[in-house]
Amino acid sequence: MFKEFFDALLEGKVLGIKCKDCNSYSILKSTCDNCGSKNVDKVELSNKGVITTFTTTYVAPAGYDKECPYVVAFVELEEGCWLVGRLDIDANLADEIGQDLIGKEVEIYGKEFPNEPYYPDKKRRVVPMFKLIS
Amino acid sequence: MEKRDVAVLGVGMTKFGYHPDKSLTELFAEAFFEAFEESNIELKDIEALYFGNFVGEMTDGSANLGGFVADEIGLKGIPARRYEAACASSSVAFREAYYAVATGLYDCVVVGGSERLYNAGTAIGTRALATAVDGVYEITAGLTFPGVFALAARFYSKKYEIPLDELREKMAMVSIKNHKYGAVNPKSQFYNKFGDLKVEDVLNSKMICSPLTLFDCCPMTDGASAVILTTADKAEDLIDTPVYVLGAGQASAGALFRQKEDLIRAIPRKISSEMAYREAGLTPKDIDFVEIHDCFTIAEIIASEAMGFFEYGKGADAVAEGVTSIDGDLPINPDGGLIGKGHPVGATGTAQIYTVAKILRNEYKYNPVKDAEVGMTDTLGGDFGTLVNIILGVHRRR
Repeated sequence: MFKEFFDALLEGKVLGIKCKDCNSYSILKSTCDNCGSKNVDKVELSNKGVITTFTTTYVAPAGYDKECPYVVAFVELEEGCWLVGRLDIDANLADEIGQDLIGKEVEIYGKEFPNEPYYPDKKRRVVPMFKLIS
Repeated sequence: MEKRDVAVLGVGMTKFGYHPDKSLTELFAEAFFEAFEESNIELKDIEALYFGNFVGEMTDGSANLGGFVADEIGLKGIPARRYEAACASSSVAFREAYYAVATGLYDCVVVGGSERLYNAGTAIGTRALATAVDGVYEITAGLTFPGVFALAARFYSKKYEIPLDELREKMAMVSIKNHKYGAVNPKSQFYNKFGDLKVEDVLNSKMICSPLTLFDCCPMTDGASAVILTTADKAEDLIDTPVYVLGAGQASAGALFRQKEDLIRAIPRKISSEMAYREAGLTPKDIDFVEIHDCFTIAEIIASEAMGFFEYGKGADAVAEGVTSIDGDLPINPDGGLIGKGHPVGATGTAQIYTVAKILRNEYKYNPVKDAEVGMTDTLGGDFGTLVNIILGVHRRR
């Protein structure tokens, strides 16, 4: 199932579920994040959202160190669910702008990065990327 | 089901820090025999082993540790099991060990943990720790544990409208406090070090994940801890100062990004601590001091709110006002916590129990908490994936 999410992401689509019991949205998963119901429909979510928080990572785990420094962010999609990914921005610039990045609008896309030994998909590793809209 | 009262018979822990010369099982043996010596029992009295370890596979190429550990301490043949719940590994083990005795499955058990993250080095250590974040979505973005709490710090600043610079200064005070207490604890990784940090030292140390600097983070640590539990009745016959287990709670959560705004409210911790208070018949006001999972400065602040000690958004002020210092209303981490004492992940939970028991027995010389009768632990596994709270006291549950 996660493979489907990342394959779609490479085509610019963000896959999720809509709960038929509580009407809330979640990133693709077996059950609803909000109420745990399995009574869900698979849906395509908006590929736009706003930054809720972020951090520039200067010390990375083995397998990710060559990508350092990079900016990890949480984004709230228009449907209300959150997604984790990377901000497509220069790391120093992110820290320079600081807290003002929170609330900024982004567009979501997928980008392939070099794989690492422990990643669950042995064929490729895709990262959700967040590009600032102007 | 009627439960029996359970008591801590003995506690032990190694010095925390760098142990290149001892394996996971050998480290545990050192902690175990310290606990055993003060328990006034024979080895054959111990019926089962509950052993916490997080990433033995990655740091030492070693899993399936229950039997090896039991054999190392001379308990060949007993039921022995490893518990893994990231940083809460030995706290989960403790809760299960406690209920095993409370419900009559066993009369006497040993619980503890060991870990060797310092010895593994920073790159492998950071990757090993990152196995405790969501293994698909969060890891591919390169989210680390300092990263998790850096995200939380920025969101806390925004949500509670505390300017980030001001919040960072208050966070720095957590580091200053915990290093001050850790520096006088001979078992801590930073014994005699960093006891007199200034706010600027914390703010200006190496940036790890903005806005968290090195001094906002606990270190990578090797170490082990062990606790022997038995029934309250037996403990009263065997030792002079039993410490009673009054309540325990545990809760869970999924990936952090799916917890949305709750990343600063730590809802599983609220559930877990309320479970422990209920079982103990106590409220947060009855707690005299607490060992909180301060893996990062902001983590201690968030935890102190979720456990009901302070309102949401007010934990940072409490630190700045000295409420959480040893002479304050609610001392937090008198032994230095994870920041000052060190954080051998799988050993951390029972090391918190070690400190609480020593303080309650009036045996803790370094930072005694005066007249303490009830102490509590708080252990976080992952990014709120597992939460465990334990309440201990000098009197039996009423």
